[in-house]
Amino acid sequence: MYQEIILDHYKRPHGKGLNEEFQAEVHHVNPTCGDEITLRVSGNEDGTISVSYDNQGCSISQASASIMFDQINNLNFEHGEKAVEHLVAMLQRTQDPNEDVLGDGIALVGVAQYPARVKCALLPWMAWKDAAIQAGMKKER
Amino acid sequence: MSVLDVASIRADFPILKRTVRNDRRLVYLDSGATSQKPYQVLDAERDFYENHNAAVHRGAHLLAEEATDAFEHSRSNIANFIGANADDLVFTKNATEAINLVSYAFLNATLKSQHKKDLPAGSERFILKVGDEILVTEMEHHANLVPWQELCDKTGAVLRWIGLTDEGRLDLSDDSLFNERTRIVALTHQSNLLGTVNDIPAIVKLARAVDSLILLDACQSVPHMSIDVSTLGVDFLTWSGHKMLGPLGIGCLWGRAELLAAMPPFITGGSMIEVVSMAGTTFAAPPKRFEAGVPMAAQAVGLSAAVDYLRALGMDKVAAHEHEMTKATIAGLQSIPGIRIIGPEDLVDRGSAVSFVVDGLHPHDVGQVLDENGIAVRVGQHCAKPVCSRYGISAATRATYYIYNDLDDVSALIEGIHTTKKFFGV
Repeated sequence: MYQEIILDHYKRPHGKGLNEEFQAEVHHVNPTCGDEITLRVSGNEDGTISVSYDNQGCSISQASASIMFDQINNLNFEHGEKAVEHLVAMLQRTQDPNEDVLGDGIALVGVAQYPARVKCALLPWMAWKDAAIQAGMKKER
Repeated sequence: MSVLDVASIRADFPILKRTVRNDRRLVYLDSGATSQKPYQVLDAERDFYENHNAAVHRGAHLLAEEATDAFEHSRSNIANFIGANADDLVFTKNATEAINLVSYAFLNATLKSQHKKDLPAGSERFILKVGDEILVTEMEHHANLVPWQELCDKTGAVLRWIGLTDEGRLDLSDDSLFNERTRIVALTHQSNLLGTVNDIPAIVKLARAVDSLILLDACQSVPHMSIDVSTLGVDFLTWSGHKMLGPLGIGCLWGRAELLAAMPPFITGGSMIEVVSMAGTTFAAPPKRFEAGVPMAAQAVGLSAAVDYLRALGMDKVAAHEHEMTKATIAGLQSIPGIRIIGPEDLVDRGSAVSFVVDGLHPHDVGQVLDENGIAVRVGQHCAKPVCSRYGISAATRATYYIYNDLDDVSALIEGIHTTKKFFGV
């Protein structure tokens, strides 16, 4: 589970730190273990979403937040949601890891063997989705 | 040489024979969450189902009689274990439900009095007025905090709490917390996170001086030390069966007879009634008043067998045995750089729950690497978030010990922490 790439993201997280301006802010916690993330989103003119976050928690939740930032910062809702859904499916072992969608996130595949840790890996991604929906970025089709 | 014969005790616990991750032997350091079960308990439960199973307190057939006898004999035996009478012992689903049962006695008495409904004689002690106070401590498990917060929200009573010292003890410097508005003091005997054993005689004295009731959450004390309610001085004692070698699904509430008699019921339905008509119902005397529905007879029988097992070992020996491991654990942790123990580091009035944080590592990661090495610990907030906040931590790793652990388990933990630190390079 602790692949080198995960430990790298944990020790040197990408994009950590909150933007001053935002349209929606959420605070998600994993009450069984104490992982916490505050995440902000704001919409850009081209329809993409900027994300920023601050967090504390275990290596998996922190690495996952860093990977999430790499993968879905400045994507539109549809593409970001696709990545979230792919991660969920990978962690439920119903889909093989796809590097095109998840980037370094494929390294999280080992987490699937530890059900207690799946929530840690999902926390930042679910926070992003919640914030984006709260900001009204999910377009009705 | 330990005060307990750990090798022969371990032989009674089938789960200790299995291996865990990477084919390691199981080092089970999570008995504070739930204990493992010996053959004696498993056999007793199985014997009940195989030979005597029936719904207790119902039916006139032989099996119903045998099941009822087994259930009530278990009640007597378990009550005897804490120096109580059988009639004053109520079985609940778990300790959380036992605490809720008392908090709901307050709520239900308060609501019924507002609607001028019949209440048992003596129920005034449970009727709350706006501004009455409930006193808890900052070291409570959520199970002994949230029910009282809820009670206050519903009645206009005020929740107050005894804070903690930096050393992990109750800070009793503000004695105005105990005043004429204090209706019940609800506190833990031993903190599940800090390991602190509270000074109950001191609390009893303060509470009695203001005529307050006292509820003691004994989840972490009844399994680990000798308890006698006839001298303890509290009004209610709550604990769970599964942390003391017993089955899941059974908890206990002991209460003073005159108080249980004065309390309106919590869960209502069959078994807990006296006379039912469409116009209304009168209720059975305790303990049945608080045991609606078909009760957990097999679990009671199992818990009774657990009590026999512990009694045969001797609770003073159990406590002395755990003390040895606590001492070794604290010394071992103190020898590792970058470890902070959360809770008292002295061994006076201290149980065997030892929590700690490792600088630069989240407890979840510590627990994961320990698990890879066969060591089962608890990580997280331990259902005691306010304690974590008090000591400025998001979570902690906790080792807890019981009769089947020995100093080899302590060594495995200390070695495991070294391995973890090396793995993460901290």
